[in-house]
Amino acid sequence: MTEDIAVLGAGMHPWGKWGRDFAEYGTVAARAALADAQLDWCDVRLVVGADTVRCGYPGHVAGATFARALGWQGARVSSVYAACASGAQAINTARAQILAGMADVALVVGADAAPKGFFAPAGGDRPDDPDWLRFRVLGATNPVYFGLFARRRMAQLGDTPEDFALVKVKNAAAGAANPNARYRKAVTAGEVAASPVVADPLRLLDICATSDGAAALVLSSMAFARRHGVAPVRIRAVSTVTPRYPRTALDLPDFATDSAALVPPPEVGFRASIAAAAYEEAGTGPADLDLAEVYDLSTALELEWYEDVGLCPVGEGAKLLREGATALGGRIPVNPSGGLASFGEAVPAQALAQVCELTWQLRGQAGERQVRAARCGLAANQGLFGHGSAVIAVR
Amino acid sequence: MKRIPVVPGWFGADGDPDRFRLLGTRCRSCGAVFFPRADAFCRNPACDGTELDETPLSRTGTVWSYTDSRYRPPAPYPSDPDLPWEPFTVVAVELDEERMVVLGQAAPGVTAAGLAVGMAVELVPGVLHQDAEQVWTTWHWRPLGGPA
Repeated sequence: MTEDIAVLGAGMHPWGKWGRDFAEYGTVAARAALADAQLDWCDVRLVVGADTVRCGYPGHVAGATFARALGWQGARVSSVYAACASGAQAINTARAQILAGMADVALVVGADAAPKGFFAPAGGDRPDDPDWLRFRVLGATNPVYFGLFARRRMAQLGDTPEDFALVKVKNAAAGAANPNARYRKAVTAGEVAASPVVADPLRLLDICATSDGAAALVLSSMAFARRHGVAPVRIRAVSTVTPRYPRTALDLPDFATDSAALVPPPEVGFRASIAAAAYEEAGTGPADLDLAEVYDLSTALELEWYEDVGLCPVGEGAKLLREGATALGGRIPVNPSGGLASFGEAVPAQALAQVCELTWQLRGQAGERQVRAARCGLAANQGLFGHGSAVIAVR
Repeated sequence: MKRIPVVPGWFGADGDPDRFRLLGTRCRSCGAVFFPRADAFCRNPACDGTELDETPLSRTGTVWSYTDSRYRPPAPYPSDPDLPWEPFTVVAVELDEERMVVLGQAAPGVTAAGLAVGMAVELVPGVLHQDAEQVWTTWHWRPLGGPA
């Protein structure tokens, strides 16, 4: 087990389609997190930015962009990219420097301004880039992969489109109570069923949108938090694992899985290994959780996460959902924030937004979304190209 | 008209349906097979092989999953925005011998409604796109004994 670090502050810029620069959203979130921490920007000794990059292309080097926007004050800087897992990698970078004694107080920021419609590669010919090639050769947008995963669950485990719709209904109900969510209105199963099919069997309301938004955290050593006079939410574990060979689960942006003809596949698949590493580091297990935030890029994928993070055995995700266990007021609420279904994806901000929700829930500040007596929460996420991430926070 | 494979070296015997195959590589040290081809290094973590030979993959397999694209994908997918969008079907196929899942578009006319997980499919040559001067060729999956 590693030592804990403290979450002193959490802040967001609301998700939406605002049409402004990502640095503006990030600065709003950073200032909100600093105000929440009751710290001044000049107290921050390390700023870590989750890079605003799309589809594998160099984009904005976020750490310095936010440091400049907040006003140069000489703090150490780091910029990290791990696609959807960028935020968790940024937390982990800050954690490592805090635990190494290199910085007492770190500011971690992720922000994005997303284009309309499908995520797409930047222009130009890049035949060596698998992410470019999947669009070129297959026309395989992200929803195409989500559709493949959903159909596989239906065939293998008996999930139905009605189960998938119920995930949206549940998350929309939670998101309606979240002032930072982009979509804040209840959705019925009938509305999901009436929305157009995007990638069979998934419909528009089964698939998360692409959004503008930002999230930020102020992190510190436990010693600093004590001097600061607070009993903070603590980050107990950060998992940043990669898959093991042979990787037999198809994933974005791949054309094929590894071959399992010679080497047998690992006992634990990649997504399950992400949470397992976090549980091991924290010395906890799924039974200790009071809530979880998981990466619901599609409704069907949320059910897969229930099984991968150990809330139920494989194949019983839909049953857990139908029992109401994962809704607000249920035994183990999942995505009490409203999830990606209510936020839409703002890639570098998303894993940080998950930890903001854990922080507010564990402090008892989540208002109508509050999970009663929450003491332990998990955030799980997966970034394109094989970036696992999970965070366990406790109070 | 000039025929150009959409990716050079990923399939061979283009234009001959009987000999048409996806081309992977096989490590000379450990025997692991890779697709898309790994030419410089073996990706088995227990192997430091650097010699890999081109190897044709199985021509048949079973459907692992399938979906379709009801909306026009963005560039670099080749598509004429002035023409109405015609959805295509995508199939993930498990190759028995290699025990790997390989994606591909389904042959024209094959819809999601005509597929099922576990169905036997075969590889056939296909056309991704064409203009006045050239044809970009690709691979397609088609149900065995299904519509040509």
